[in-house]
Amino acid sequence: MSVEFDRKIHAALNDSKLQLAVYTATARLKENRENVVAPSVLPDYQELRTQANALKKHVVENLDHYLEEFERNVQARGGKVIWAKDATEVADFVLSLARERNARLIVKSKSMTTEEVDLNERLEHHGLESVETDLGEYIVQLAGERPFHIVAPALHKDRYDVADIFQKRLGIEREVVPEKQTLIARKRLREKFLAADIGMSGANFLVADSGAIVLVENEGNARLSTTAPKVHVAIAGIEKLIPRAQDLAVFLKLLGRSCTGQELTVYTSFLSGARREGEIDGPDEFYVVLLDNGRTRLLPDRGKRQSLYCIRCSACLNTCPVYRRIGGHSYPWVYGGPIGAILTPQFLGTAHEPALPFASSLCGACAEVCPVKIDIPKVLLELRSEVRKSEARESRNRLEKLAFRAFAWVTSHPRVYEMLAPVTMALMPARLRDRFGLAEPPARTFRQLWSRR
Amino acid sequence: MSRENILHRVRTGLGRGAGLAISEPPAVRLRVPQVDVETRIATMLRRVEALAGKTHRAPTMEDARAFVEAALAGRGAVASNAPYLAECGIPSLAGVKSGIHDREELRAICATIGVGITSANYALADTGSLVMLSSAAEARMISLLPPAHIAILPADRILTGLDELFTVLPHPAEITSSMVLITGPSRTGDIEQILVRGVHGPGELTVVVVG
Amino acid sequence: MSDRVSLFVTCVVDQLFPKIGLSMVTVLERLGYQVDFPEEQTCCGQPAFNNGYWAEARVTARHFLDTFDACERIVAPSGSCTSMVVNHFAELFRKEPETLARVEALRRRVWEFSAFLTDVAGVEDVGAHLDEVVTFHDGCHALRELGIRSGPRRLLAHVRGLELREMQPVEECCGFGGTFAVKFGELSCAMAASKADAIVRTGARAVVSLDPSCLMQIRGALTRAGASVRTMHLAEVLASV
Repeated sequence: MSVEFDRKIHAALNDSKLQLAVYTATARLKENRENVVAPSVLPDYQELRTQANALKKHVVENLDHYLEEFERNVQARGGKVIWAKDATEVADFVLSLARERNARLIVKSKSMTTEEVDLNERLEHHGLESVETDLGEYIVQLAGERPFHIVAPALHKDRYDVADIFQKRLGIEREVVPEKQTLIARKRLREKFLAADIGMSGANFLVADSGAIVLVENEGNARLSTTAPKVHVAIAGIEKLIPRAQDLAVFLKLLGRSCTGQELTVYTSFLSGARREGEIDGPDEFYVVLLDNGRTRLLPDRGKRQSLYCIRCSACLNTCPVYRRIGGHSYPWVYGGPIGAILTPQFLGTAHEPALPFASSLCGACAEVCPVKIDIPKVLLELRSEVRKSEARESRNRLEKLAFRAFAWVTSHPRVYEMLAPVTMALMPARLRDRFGLAEPPARTFRQLWSRR
Repeated sequence: MSRENILHRVRTGLGRGAGLAISEPPAVRLRVPQVDVETRIATMLRRVEALAGKTHRAPTMEDARAFVEAALAGRGAVASNAPYLAECGIPSLAGVKSGIHDREELRAICATIGVGITSANYALADTGSLVMLSSAAEARMISLLPPAHIAILPADRILTGLDELFTVLPHPAEITSSMVLITGPSRTGDIEQILVRGVHGPGELTVVVVG
Repeated sequence: MSDRVSLFVTCVVDQLFPKIGLSMVTVLERLGYQVDFPEEQTCCGQPAFNNGYWAEARVTARHFLDTFDACERIVAPSGSCTSMVVNHFAELFRKEPETLARVEALRRRVWEFSAFLTDVAGVEDVGAHLDEVVTFHDGCHALRELGIRSGPRRLLAHVRGLELREMQPVEECCGFGGTFAVKFGELSCAMAASKADAIVRTGARAVVSLDPSCLMQIRGALTRAGASVRTMHLAEVLASV
C-alpha cells in the first residue's frame, strides 16, 4: 500500500484519544440504529430494504429517463438545472452566478458532494466567503480539516478541541462547555444566514416526478440556508434520483433510522422551485446542479454499479470494525468507511490507492446494515481482482503473482501438495507463526493420520 | 455542452437509446391503517413529548387561545396568516403580530421575536411530526427563526403517518415550493455526541391539538 | 437415505489442525455415517480469490470440482471454506457456463459441519459431554454468508456439563480475513485484541468456533493478552464424551 495510507492507519491506531472518540461515538450510533430497526419496532424493515434496493436499481438502470424527467419538472416550476461533469464546472457555475448577483457571502448546509468537488476551497480562492452552517461542519471548516464522518463531521473532536478552535479562529474567550459552544456557533451563524446572498445545499434525494429536492437534518441550518437567502443552489450527484414523491414513504423510513436511530430527523424539507405566487418567503431563484464527476463511469458495470444506490446514511461506517478503528481521516478521499472503500477506487481509479479494497476483513457487517442492500463485500472482491489485473498489465507486484501461480499449481497437483505439506509451516514467517500461536507444526497432517486408520 | 455529454455517457453506459421508454418503477404499496381520531391524538401527543416537545390538548378553540396566552408568558410573538389561527383568536392576543405579507418585514420580526405561532396543514401521529406547506397563509420563517414555536391545529388534520401523507398528498410540488416535516425541536449532537437543543431552529416546540 | 459423507477437511485443518478433522470424523461416525476422504483434495482456492487472483483461484476451484463432483454429500469444518464453494465459486465461473453448471450442481451438496448436523442429520444432541464454561465466536462467513447462528448454539446446549456464555459485543469480526491479517497486521491485531477482551470478560475457559482460521487468530490474541482461555473447534467439543 502507499506509505501515506499505512502511516495514517498506524497513527490512528496509536492515538488513544482518537480510538476512544471514534469507538464510543460509533458504538452509540450503531446501538441507536439497532434499537429502531429491531423486528419488534419496525417489522417491515427487511421489506423496506428490498423495496429501496429495487427502486434504486430501477432508477440507475433508467437514469437518463429520470434525469430528463427531473429537469423538465424543475423547469416547469421556474427552476434551472445545471449539468456539471466535474468539480471545475460546479465551481464555475457558482462563481459566475455569484458574479452576476454581486454575491459575497454564501451559507451552505452539509453536503458530501460539495466536499467531493472541493467547492469551498475553489470559491474562497476567488474571494467568496462560503460558510458551513452545520455545527460539525462549521467546526471542521474552522479547523481546516475534512469531515471525519459522513454524518458527524467533528466526531473526532472533544470539547477542548472545539474550545481551542473557537478561541483561535473566532478570537473569543475560551469556552469548554458544549452547550455554550453551540450557542456561540448559533449566534455567529445566524448573522451569516441573514446576511447571505446565496444559500447552497446538497440533496438527500432528487424527486423526478416533482422536480424537487429533499433535505434531511436535525439543526435547521439546511432550512435556514435554503429559506433566508434570495438564491438557492442545490448540488447533487446524478444518482440521488428517486422516481416519485411517494417513494419517500420507503426511503424516509430507512434514512433516519439507519443514520442516527431516529424515525425521522427533526426537519425533512421537500423543496420544489423558488417561492411561488402568494408565498411570503423562500428564495427567488432555484438552481439544481447535477454532478457527474465519475458516476457515469460506474454505469456499464452491472456488478458494481449498485455502489450508486447509496443514500449516504453512514450505517456502514458505524458498524465497520475497520472504520471504527482507523477513523475517517485515514481514508484517501472524502468518503470513508466501507462505502468510501468502494467509491474511491471507482471514481478515482484503483491506482489512487491500490491497497484500499484490501483494507477489509470482508466480515460483511456493512452489507447487513445497508438500507439499500449494496453488497459491499462483493464489490470489494471485484475491485481486488481489478487491482491484480492492472498490476499484471503493468508488471508490478510480480513476486506475489508468482506465488499465487505456484499456489494454483500446487493445489491442482495433489501429490505435490501432499509432499509440500510439512514445508508450508516452515515457509511461514516466524512473526506470523507467533501471531497465530502456531509454535510447533503438528507431527502428522490429517491426510497422514487418515491413511493410518 | 455538459448536458449532452452527461446524458450521452449515461445512455452509453446503460446501453439505452435516447428517448427509450422505461418499464414501470417498482410499486410502493402505501398502507394506511384504520385508526380512530382519539388514538391518533394520543399517539401524536405522546410522540411529541418523547421528542422533548410540549403538548396541550384543547377541547375548544377558546381553551387553545387561553393556553397560548399563558404559554407566551409576556413574550412577543409573530403569528402566521393561517385562517385557523384567526378562528382561534390568536392574532388578537397581546404582543402577537400577524397579518404580515412582506418578506423583509417578516424576516426582521422573526429575527428578534421570541415566539413563532403557526397552524399546520397536517400532522403525522406515528412520528409526532407537523407538516407545514409554505403559502400565503404559512410563511417558512415563522417556524424556523424564533427560538420557540407553537403550532395549533385541529385534531382532524392528524394523519397516521408517512404512508397516509403521500396518499392524501402524492404531489406536494403541485401546491407548494416547500413542504417541511417538523419532528421535535431543533437539536445537534455534533460536540461529543452531547444533545443540545435549539441550534438554528427553535429549541422549544409546543403542539396544541384542538378537538 | 444413504449414510455416506465425504470429508472436505480444508488445507488449514489438514496441515495445521488435523485433530479438528479427526473430531469431525468421530462425531459423524457416532451418528452412523460412513465417512470417506477423497484423497485428491487440496484447497478451495479462497486465499487466491480473496487476494484478487481469480484466474489462479479458478485453477484450484476446478480441481475441487474434479475431486468432489461425484460425492453425494460433502462436509467441511469451516464456514469460510464452505461459503467459498457455496457462494463464491459461481462468481469465479460466471463466464464459463459449463463449469458454472457443475458448480450449481455441487454447491447444494456441500455443508459446513454444524449445519450438516442440524439441517441434514437433523440432530442437536450428539451425545457429547464436556465439563466446561465456554463462549461462542460467530465467524463472519458462517454467520453472514451461510446464515448460521442458532444451530451451533443448539448443539452446544445439548452437550452435558457445558455452560455457554455469550460475549458482548457478539458477532464482531475477529480480524483474520485471510490476506487482511498479513497486509494490515496492526489493524488485524487490534480487532483480535478486542475479541480477546470480550472473551475474557465472559469468564469462560474456552472459546468455541466453527472456523479454524478464526480460532488461530483468536488464540494468538488470547496469548498476547496473557489469558488462559483455550480455543476449541465445535467438532472437538462435540467429539468429547
